[in-house]
Amino acid sequence: MTDVQVSSRPFAASRDGVPAIRLRGIVNRFDDNVVHDGLDLDVRRGEILGVIGPSGGGKSVLLRAIVGLRPPQGGTIEIFGEDLTRLSGRERDRLEKGWGVMFQDGALFSNLTVIENVMVPLKEHADMPLALARELADMKLRLSGLDASASDKYPSDLSGGMRKRAALARALALDPALLFLDEPTAGLDPITAGRFDALVRDLQQAMDLTVFLVTHDLDTLAATCDRIAVLGERRVLATGTIDELRRHGHPWIQDYFSGPRGRAATAFQDRT
Amino acid sequence: MTRGSDTGISFFQEGDRLVIAPQGDWTVHTVGALDARLRAMEMPDEPAVIDVSGLGRIDTAGAFMLDRTVRRDCSDRTAVAVRGEHDTALRLLARVRDVREDCPVPAVRPSGFRDWLARIGEGTVHGLDEGVKTLSFVGETLIVCLRLMWQPARIRGTATVAVMEQAGLDAIPIVMFLSFFVGTVIAFIGATTLDAFGARIFTVELVGYSVLREFGVVITAIILAGRTNSAFTAQIGAMRMRQEIDAMKVLGLDPMEVLVAPRVIAMLIMTPILTFLATLAGLFGGLVVSWLALDIGPTLFLNRLVTAVPIDNFWVGMSKAPFFAMMVALIGCRQGLQVGGSVQSLGDSTTKSVVQALFSIIVIDAVFAMFYMQLGI
Repeated sequence: MTDVQVSSRPFAASRDGVPAIRLRGIVNRFDDNVVHDGLDLDVRRGEILGVIGPSGGGKSVLLRAIVGLRPPQGGTIEIFGEDLTRLSGRERDRLEKGWGVMFQDGALFSNLTVIENVMVPLKEHADMPLALARELADMKLRLSGLDASASDKYPSDLSGGMRKRAALARALALDPALLFLDEPTAGLDPITAGRFDALVRDLQQAMDLTVFLVTHDLDTLAATCDRIAVLGERRVLATGTIDELRRHGHPWIQDYFSGPRGRAATAFQDRT
Repeated sequence: MTRGSDTGISFFQEGDRLVIAPQGDWTVHTVGALDARLRAMEMPDEPAVIDVSGLGRIDTAGAFMLDRTVRRDCSDRTAVAVRGEHDTALRLLARVRDVREDCPVPAVRPSGFRDWLARIGEGTVHGLDEGVKTLSFVGETLIVCLRLMWQPARIRGTATVAVMEQAGLDAIPIVMFLSFFVGTVIAFIGATTLDAFGARIFTVELVGYSVLREFGVVITAIILAGRTNSAFTAQIGAMRMRQEIDAMKVLGLDPMEVLVAPRVIAMLIMTPILTFLATLAGLFGGLVVSWLALDIGPTLFLNRLVTAVPIDNFWVGMSKAPFFAMMVALIGCRQGLQVGGSVQSLGDSTTKSVVQALFSIIVIDAVFAMFYMQLGI
């Protein structure tokens, strides 16, 4: 009796070998401005995929397309083998319970306290008594590294790092199989950012998460990501580990990893 | 693997140890049903062992429930014995145990009579405080406006004209429309009550006095309080929430001069114009009803209006317009600048802003009524 099938509840038959996210031929455009044109990308199960690319290169647009906030103009999005574009509303709802999204600024509901924020998905989507929802939310906040004194505060009373942790706890509330993080360490000091990276890695291992992580932070890439996908020129320029990308010939990727910041981050990775 | 089987739990004694055997899936979607039963469980003194061999899928919620069940009290920090093979369960149980909470401090919630008294006290102090702060804001704005009079080049022309359009020009239809209907209502009241005395011609005086002195300007002010005042609060409040006000300050711009002064000036110009139009519309409403329902023709109505209703009444009404304009603009701006970081505070401020504006309009109107009565106008 060994069972490593942790958190695929909301997903139907889990076919092994099927990637967690499979994007084919994604087209996104705003009027005449084409952001993605025929973009293909796979996110494997149980990996942390870092997505990088120039500012305005469509990283956040891609994330919004996958989670359904802005459906793409073309292409298919498969989550654990199920085609998002073909699902009915109810099937989509079921699927959406299986992922957690953390937005760049946290997007916590400002009229609710931190613990109430984490309780929202539990109350809405899981059938459980209020007392249990509160206990679970409290546990999720602790997992995310917040202590009890923060839970009854309002988001506006928290520091940036604490808000991000609270947002992470809300994204993890339903034990999703898939976690989307949009620039989780942007605006944090390097020490707090480093702790956050370790936290994501730790939770990913504990909860067997697949993580889609949009970032600009080279340290985050080096410390947490299994693979990195580089967006640019309206498609995925390259995917691979940090070492593979360092040897990649594309000038932007070269600049990215060989610049002074890139060298520092990869040197850090080599030391550890 | 028992996927799909019902979530459950069984207990049995094995020697002197209690064995807890969870069955089926223990996930965030299934454990809710077990909560009440497990919460009521009394754990024996000797340590229990969890047998995970019958367990299906588990997540942190399920692990938390298991951990909570075997934990005798909140101070129990001993490791839980687990038997059976289930990698995920072992990992999650360990992770959840790491972050187990300390003994909860019972929350004290003040309630009842004392709480009620405290709230009355807080409300009173808050109300007085608001009054003082509004007055000091009035003073501050007056100083800024006086300074701008010395240096008219510093007045933000574009912003002022934009506010004049939004708050003034765009409000003309609604102001005239409502005022027209108020005029007709007054004429109808006159028709029904005065007719009984055979004094239906006095309807003209009734309409004239009430519209010129009160309704023209009060209707205008109330619409501005609902329409413009709330817009000012929301605009400035949203700017505050996004730190735009802070950005202005560090760029050396005075929000009083950039945001408040143009709104006050625009309102001071537009409110008398709106009041004038509202008065015309109100009189016209009275005229139409008198003509259609009372057989008082337009010529007779206007003649009677000119001879029986002194022009002083028009000036009484118009004299109040700038004061209402000031109050509406100032309260709107002040509440906008009060907004904090949350969406809730934006809503609170907008509500407060409209309530305070309506309150002060009625109070100022009453003060003016007493003032003019003493003057004998």
